Amino acid sequence: MSTAITSRDPGYPTDRENYLTNSSGILSWIFTLDHKRIGLMYLVGVMTSFAVGGLLALGIRLHLLDPEGWMFTGAEANNIYNQVFTLHGAIMVFLFIIPSIPAALGNFLVPVMLGAKDVAFPRLNLSSFYLWCFGAIFFVSALFSSGLDTGWTFYTPYSTTTDTSVILATLGAFILGFSSIFTGLNFIVTINTMRPPGMTWFKMPLFLWATYATSIIQVLATPVLGITLLLLIAERTMHVGIFDPEFNGDPVTYQHFFWFYSHPAVYIMILPAFGIISELISVHSHKHIFGYRFIAYSSIAIALLGFLVWGHHMFTSGMSSLTTIIFSALTFTVSVPSAIKVFNWLATMYKGSISLTTPMCYAISFIFLFTIGGLTGLFLGTLATDLHLHDTYFVVAHFHYVMVGGTLIAFLGGVFHWWPKMVGKLYNETHGRIASLLVFLGFNLTFLPQFVLGSRGMPRRYATYDPEFAFLHQMSTYGALLLGCGLLYAFIVLMTSLAKGRRSPANPWGGATLEWACTSPPPYYNFERPPVVGDPYDFHNIEWDAQEEKYISTEPERKLVPEETPEEVPAHH
Amino acid sequence: MRFRLILRPHSEPGGFGRPANWFTFHFDTYMRGRPNSGGSSANGFRHMATIDSLSSESETHDEHGHDHDHPAWLAHHFDTPEQQFDSGKLGIWLFLVTEVLFFSGMFCAYAMFRMLRPEVFEGCSQFLNTKLGAINTGVLLFSSLTMAWAVRCAQTEEYKKLVVMIASTLSCAMVFLGVKSIEYSHKWGMGLLPPGSYFYDEANPHPTMQQIVDQHGFSESTAYFLTHSLYYLCAPFALLLVGVFIWLVYSKVTDKQFQYACAKPLLVVCLSFFGGVGLGMVLESGGEHSEHAVAHVDGEHAGEHGDAHAEDHAHEHGDEAGDETHAEADHADAVVASAEGNDVAIELLAESDLNTGAKAMLEAKQAQADMATGQIVPPGVEADLGIHKVERDVQTKRQAGVFFGIYYCMTGVHAIHILAGIGVLVWLLVRAIRHDFNRQYFGPVDYVGLYWHLVDLIWIYLFPLLYLIR
Amino acid sequence: MSAHGHSDDGTDFAHPMPLPVLFGVFIALVILTIITVAQASLDLGSYDIAVVMGIATIKACLVAGIFMHLIYDKPFNIIVFLSSFVFVGLFVIFTLSDSKMTSPSFEPKVDEPAATAGM
Ligand SMILES: [Cu+2]
Repeated sequence: MSTAITSRDPGYPTDRENYLTNSSGILSWIFTLDHKRIGLMYLVGVMTSFAVGGLLALGIRLHLLDPEGWMFTGAEANNIYNQVFTLHGAIMVFLFIIPSIPAALGNFLVPVMLGAKDVAFPRLNLSSFYLWCFGAIFFVSALFSSGLDTGWTFYTPYSTTTDTSVILATLGAFILGFSSIFTGLNFIVTINTMRPPGMTWFKMPLFLWATYATSIIQVLATPVLGITLLLLIAERTMHVGIFDPEFNGDPVTYQHFFWFYSHPAVYIMILPAFGIISELISVHSHKHIFGYRFIAYSSIAIALLGFLVWGHHMFTSGMSSLTTIIFSALTFTVSVPSAIKVFNWLATMYKGSISLTTPMCYAISFIFLFTIGGLTGLFLGTLATDLHLHDTYFVVAHFHYVMVGGTLIAFLGGVFHWWPKMVGKLYNETHGRIASLLVFLGFNLTFLPQFVLGSRGMPRRYATYDPEFAFLHQMSTYGALLLGCGLLYAFIVLMTSLAKGRRSPANPWGGATLEWACTSPPPYYNFERPPVVGDPYDFHNIEWDAQEEKYISTEPERKLVPEETPEEVPAHH
Repeated sequence: MRFRLILRPHSEPGGFGRPANWFTFHFDTYMRGRPNSGGSSANGFRHMATIDSLSSESETHDEHGHDHDHPAWLAHHFDTPEQQFDSGKLGIWLFLVTEVLFFSGMFCAYAMFRMLRPEVFEGCSQFLNTKLGAINTGVLLFSSLTMAWAVRCAQTEEYKKLVVMIASTLSCAMVFLGVKSIEYSHKWGMGLLPPGSYFYDEANPHPTMQQIVDQHGFSESTAYFLTHSLYYLCAPFALLLVGVFIWLVYSKVTDKQFQYACAKPLLVVCLSFFGGVGLGMVLESGGEHSEHAVAHVDGEHAGEHGDAHAEDHAHEHGDEAGDETHAEADHADAVVASAEGNDVAIELLAESDLNTGAKAMLEAKQAQADMATGQIVPPGVEADLGIHKVERDVQTKRQAGVFFGIYYCMTGVHAIHILAGIGVLVWLLVRAIRHDFNRQYFGPVDYVGLYWHLVDLIWIYLFPLLYLIR
Repeated sequence: MSAHGHSDDGTDFAHPMPLPVLFGVFIALVILTIITVAQASLDLGSYDIAVVMGIATIKACLVAGIFMHLIYDKPFNIIVFLSSFVFVGLFVIFTLSDSKMTSPSFEPKVDEPAATAGM
């Protein structure tokens, strides 16, 4: 045990240690309290809903291939189109993007990165997964009853008068909200109280900082969505007269309530993506992250500033002009911490030894796409230009650049980065890179034309359009098909790795955070002892072993830590 | 404290390097039964670890690591009871944060509509019975006291007292719901509902089922529900009561002591609901029967009744308008009304006023008649009260309904929280009877307590905001 | 994370509230409730809402501070709980002020009094 070892490698787990195999049978998954298995189940869930939402998106794009509508025909064509874009939005937002990184990757990674054995409340964790499932069931039943055509925002008064299944969908979103709250709560407590000795706040990987900031938003903002949707249900069933103008309610109030959650929710979607990119850029550039504290603090700053700007979604809704000015001004402040992050990532890459691995390809496209998405946001935050661009394809393109170009790309990057850790298999790098290139090209082909469409006045959510927009719309549709192929390709790359992939070493990328210190896949107990905590971005001791084709960490021999209790104040005090 | 290695050898073939102490519970140490000297009802229960065995064990083991310091109640991923407690505590505080924000939406809506239409809120608030609200406030405050006391008992390991305290908290919760169901059913019968279904007609505040169907266009079954809502509200609790009673008898007969010990306090808890209903009825000065009688009377003499009312109160009781909470005043009103009105309808009204919920309506009118804003005038008498005509529409579906919409949302969501609280408190009660808690593991009591206090805290604001608007 | 919590009196990290304190708080709460109800009959004009909310806030502080042990709790928990009110304030203030500024353009729908009693 105390023999001198110069290279530290946990090797491979045995079947009894491996969290995937240490117990078997369907029940061992259904009732598992292991955060890694829960994370994996979430991963399957969010990918399934992404597939559903993605197919709906293809339906939208195919319909718009022709100015008069191509995909859906008949008298109900426009109604079907309305339902398809609504469900696309609602499924993507509530079932995919919000839980994608925090719940799927976060669940897997947070305790391991922290060096903890599990999240603070494993049962709550499992129940939040099942809440997610229930929410999904509600959405599916909305789909199969009378659909939903309100748009994912459920604006009143339309949502109180339409005869589609608003109640089912809002109940679904309500339940999903609680799933999200419990995940966030769990992570805050885990990060606060479960850090092993030595894991100080500023030794935490930036992904954990981002998750922490996300969790703050989840805990603070999501309950407001809960009450909003509950009041909406009450409005529909009992006409309580809060949101419905027919009974002296105020629809603008609904929008205030809704966006008080839903703007911060945008940061629930993008902050964990920032966290992933911070990890990816640093690890694959093999260089210490630049401006660690700036990135860490900017996550928290975004989380808090995100609560001050919700009104920018309502510039044309009839707010008072003073309110619009205040919200517009505050909106610009959020761009500061986001820009800080981008500059720090670029500075990290500068003079790094960049390995252009699949995750790094995604990380680089993230920086590119997110920058476009962020900068186009400035036009929408400016009152004068927003009046022109509001509810046009410009908005659609903007938030797809942030949500897809940002969150989805980061999610894919994260999945490819941690895939070897999660399943213990390496995928084919060449094919992975080709897929990421296809995704990048397809994405830009889909959404760049939409900026032009929007600035020329093409309104969003229309089932038909003026023939002068046909060329751009067709470009966008072909781009969407290419994007779909790229995503399918990426999926196939991952699936083939399960069957044919090489066994992954513990540290396939040369990362220094704690998840690389345990085997791939990790044992069910994560760490047999609280791991040694060092700088998460110090790559000096990590070397490529060309013979074994893996990274090993080399270290001078060290002594045992003294056996007595350290004097420092426990972390959770 | 455990020791740590900086360098960790791994994956010796077949070697499961993890130390047993991280995952193995030492049930033998902590679960061994010791007769409990204190509680007679505790004999034969599962968890018998008394504090003596617990503390001595943990203290001895603290000296040389945590190998055996993982009692059953300490989850495997926590190192110490304190870490577990702190995690839970932070978790519940965060949950309370979400609760605060959850309610904030409704408080925001309340503030907005009160700001937009203060006269509606003033006028409609008179329909809420301050006496019932105040009693419920007292009940919740008392339940907070017993809850805080219960936490103390868990910390000091006074098991019997702990059970008593949790049971009294539960009983208070039930009393609260009982009083609440009187309030609700009374308003539903009068049609004081959210704007979608609001049908209050002050000329006929207690319509019969048939009238609800004929005049307000409700279906038969809805009308039946509205006029008999108290039965519907009580039914689940009555079923619960019967169920618990059967359980009690069954556990007694089959000599299942633990179950018997659980069922006993729960029976009291279920009975408390009906205690609350009774209390509500007394304070509402009247019960089911008289209410129907009044509805009947009102229905027959609605016309005169309404007129007489408005005039009486507008002229005679202006000064006392605000004091609707005092039973004496009501009494006096009724007498005055009957003396002056001088016809059959008024006499009947006065008679029934002594024992009916119509009282609240009477008070409401009286108070409103005095207010420059929010005047309520029945059709046909506006000539007497000309200056108030502008505001006469306060009491219509779309005006008053907004107040009641918010009222039902706020109190309804609060009541749902009370129900949820009852759920977790029952769980706590069972565990308390099982002696699950000790001075190192009292977290669940504390957490439920915090939740319960928050529910109380919200009511502390709801009460003046809804019941005491002037 | 260490076992430092064990204090000599054997109560560990528990902090049992003395009973007199609990009773004292309860009595104070009841008195404050009586005051609120009583003041409702006085006409304080526009101060009314401030007085009512002031009393409610005192009561809330008593419940939070003593019953919920907040004054003995970890500073972080106090911050967590109090911060929720900061965000509530933010939410309510923005929404209310906007609503106040736009209310002149808000025309309430008015309907005639419900069906009269002539049956
Ligand atoms: Cu926004």
